[in-house]
Amino acid sequence: MTRPALNWAAIDSDPRFQELHRKKMAFLWGLMIFSVVYYFLLPIGAAYFPELFRIKVWGPVNVGILFALSEFVVAWAIAGIYARRANREFDAMAAEIVRDAAKIGA
Amino acid sequence: MQRKHLLITGATLATLLCARIALADASAVAEQYKWMTFAVFGAIIAVTMAITYWAAKSTHSASEYYAAGRSVSGVQNGWAIAGDYLSAASFLGIAGLISLYGYDGFMYSVGWLVAYITVLLVIAEPCRNIGKYTLGDILAFRNNPKMAKTVAALSTITVSTFYLTAQMVGGGVLIKTLIGIDYEISVIGVGILMLAYVVFGGMKATTWVQIVKAALLVTASIVLVAFVWTPYGFSLPGFLDSVVGDAKVQARVAALLGDAAKNMTGTELGQRFLEPGLFLKNPIDQISLGMALVLGTAGMPHILMRFFTVPTAQDARKSVVWAMAIIGGFYVLTLFLGMGSAINVGVAQITAIDKGGNMAAPLLAQYVGGGPDSMLGNFLLAFVAAVAFATIVAVVAGLVLASASAMAHDIYVGVIRGDHASPGEQVVAARVASLIVGVLAITIGILAKGQNVAHLVALAFAVAASSNLPAVFLTLYWKKCNTAGIVLGMTVGAFTAIGLVMVSPNMTYPLQVKAAEEKVIAAQTGRLAALNADLAKAADPAAKDRLTVDIKKAEAAKAASEKKIADLGGATTSLVGLEKPLIDLKNPGLISIPLGFLMVFVGSLLYRDRRAEEMWDELYVRQNTGIHAEGASAH
Repeated sequence: MTRPALNWAAIDSDPRFQELHRKKMAFLWGLMIFSVVYYFLLPIGAAYFPELFRIKVWGPVNVGILFALSEFVVAWAIAGIYARRANREFDAMAAEIVRDAAKIGA
Repeated sequence: MQRKHLLITGATLATLLCARIALADASAVAEQYKWMTFAVFGAIIAVTMAITYWAAKSTHSASEYYAAGRSVSGVQNGWAIAGDYLSAASFLGIAGLISLYGYDGFMYSVGWLVAYITVLLVIAEPCRNIGKYTLGDILAFRNNPKMAKTVAALSTITVSTFYLTAQMVGGGVLIKTLIGIDYEISVIGVGILMLAYVVFGGMKATTWVQIVKAALLVTASIVLVAFVWTPYGFSLPGFLDSVVGDAKVQARVAALLGDAAKNMTGTELGQRFLEPGLFLKNPIDQISLGMALVLGTAGMPHILMRFFTVPTAQDARKSVVWAMAIIGGFYVLTLFLGMGSAINVGVAQITAIDKGGNMAAPLLAQYVGGGPDSMLGNFLLAFVAAVAFATIVAVVAGLVLASASAMAHDIYVGVIRGDHASPGEQVVAARVASLIVGVLAITIGILAKGQNVAHLVALAFAVAASSNLPAVFLTLYWKKCNTAGIVLGMTVGAFTAIGLVMVSPNMTYPLQVKAAEEKVIAAQTGRLAALNADLAKAADPAAKDRLTVDIKKAEAAKAASEKKIADLGGATTSLVGLEKPLIDLKNPGLISIPLGFLMVFVGSLLYRDRRAEEMWDELYVRQNTGIHAEGASAH
């Protein structure tokens, strides 16, 4: 398979690619930092705030159990939010660049 | 094709024969019901061998062998990732931890799911867009290909060997405990089966074996949880109320807390089971393990490899989302499996067969089916045991394929042949490498019999997080990253992680073992004296019998401790010559991961490389758009 030579530097500096890069980076870093912080709150909370984890809120179900279960819900939510935005927005932006790739900087 | 057919049939027969030999030992599955386990297991082998036969027919090129022709769908790959990732340690081990320690066991499971957020957000799609078959391909994109492939292959083989050893040894012990098959025979059986899948069917067979196994695992868990939870009308507080009120759970917590439990009521003890702190005592260690999981999973070669099997980056994304749904759902179910086992089976019975709690889920299966004397109970136990076996085989197959690809594709084809191997030669190299790795895995499994390998899984994740992840992450996202950076970062990261474990409390320190065992001997000697005095005074024959039994038990405990001291053979220092650990940290990630990243920065900045920077635009555009990504092979 022969591949057409592309002007990568020109594609990289194309405003549409720059916009994709900017949007993606801000979104990914935001989600990543939030998820890491949220995850480490669990062991930190269990170790340093055991009294909080012990508070019963729903019969024998305490804050600790709800918080651990919420970790699952949050992980799924992050996956869902990312996949939704990537499917709707990032894929379309990338497809447009791919379509015009040979023309950019030629 | 005829030859392959014969070989596959031969492998099946050999494994079944191995399984029929030596069934004498005490195990979870009772003697008269073992045929059920073999029937279920035979059915699983038959199905997976048929898959392998079918897959072998369409495995002729490197792309077919390593990446199943990139024709696996997103949903299929999601199930396969779950099958690759959910090892016997998570199926039996985490359910066991929850049954023994309650809340802490459940908390432990969370990190294994959160790890996939990193995989989804920063690794899966870029790797699919610029990679081919291995970690080495990704790192070779803008670095010196031979050096990048060499370090990547060495790191892949190191990580996979740690993980593989844990799986082989752990698997052998589990099969022995479950069905009573001899350790060596289990290891060889697992090895032969896995080799049949990998050598003949390559990635296609491995993928489908993992999908079948994940489906079986999820089905088994859902069935068990349905049995356990139905009596409470699927109410969470209702179910947990019965956990809190259970006498066995309360007794367990009292035993764990010791003196602290004296002034607590039964309900307070039961409620304590739902609170943190019964198992995980050191938060720094936990954070360190959490870092290794969250960053290490994304650097696991056998997980990375799965993203090359789908046609596009969009499918890679879809597969992680599916994997997260399956893996997360499974871990939520383990809460019910573990707690259900604690109230229905009880800690005393669970630990009677296996101290680590691995029998919690299998014994729960037996209980919900009607107990040890019922047909259904034993069928469910047999089913769970067979699923556990399938789990071990599927995970091992993925690991062997990852190591073999590093050996054949990175080292042989990439470095030795300078990327000038014919397609036919590449497939032969891949099959030969798989065979070598498989035989090595069996040998290591047998040699490491009786070793404590539990910490090797955590070490594999720590090395992946300190070595592979910094290199992959920075080569994808930092323009100035180059060959010197990844070589330095990967070497220092891996050696630091391994070195820290060598001086950590994970190793065996003979003097500490000796001191602990001497305490046991002293206690048992005192007890024996007291028991013998009682025996001399006792008149009632029933009391005498009871005392004799107790004396025998104490003598056995004393003898076991004496044997442990004798086994040390006069050694006073650990493997690396230490009398006691140099550090308290059991998980090295907290130190080795930042160091791995730092060294990639340092190496890259010290030795600037124009080519790596010139290639940046191409790499960055391609990873974000999928231009020129390796396509699916036409069929």
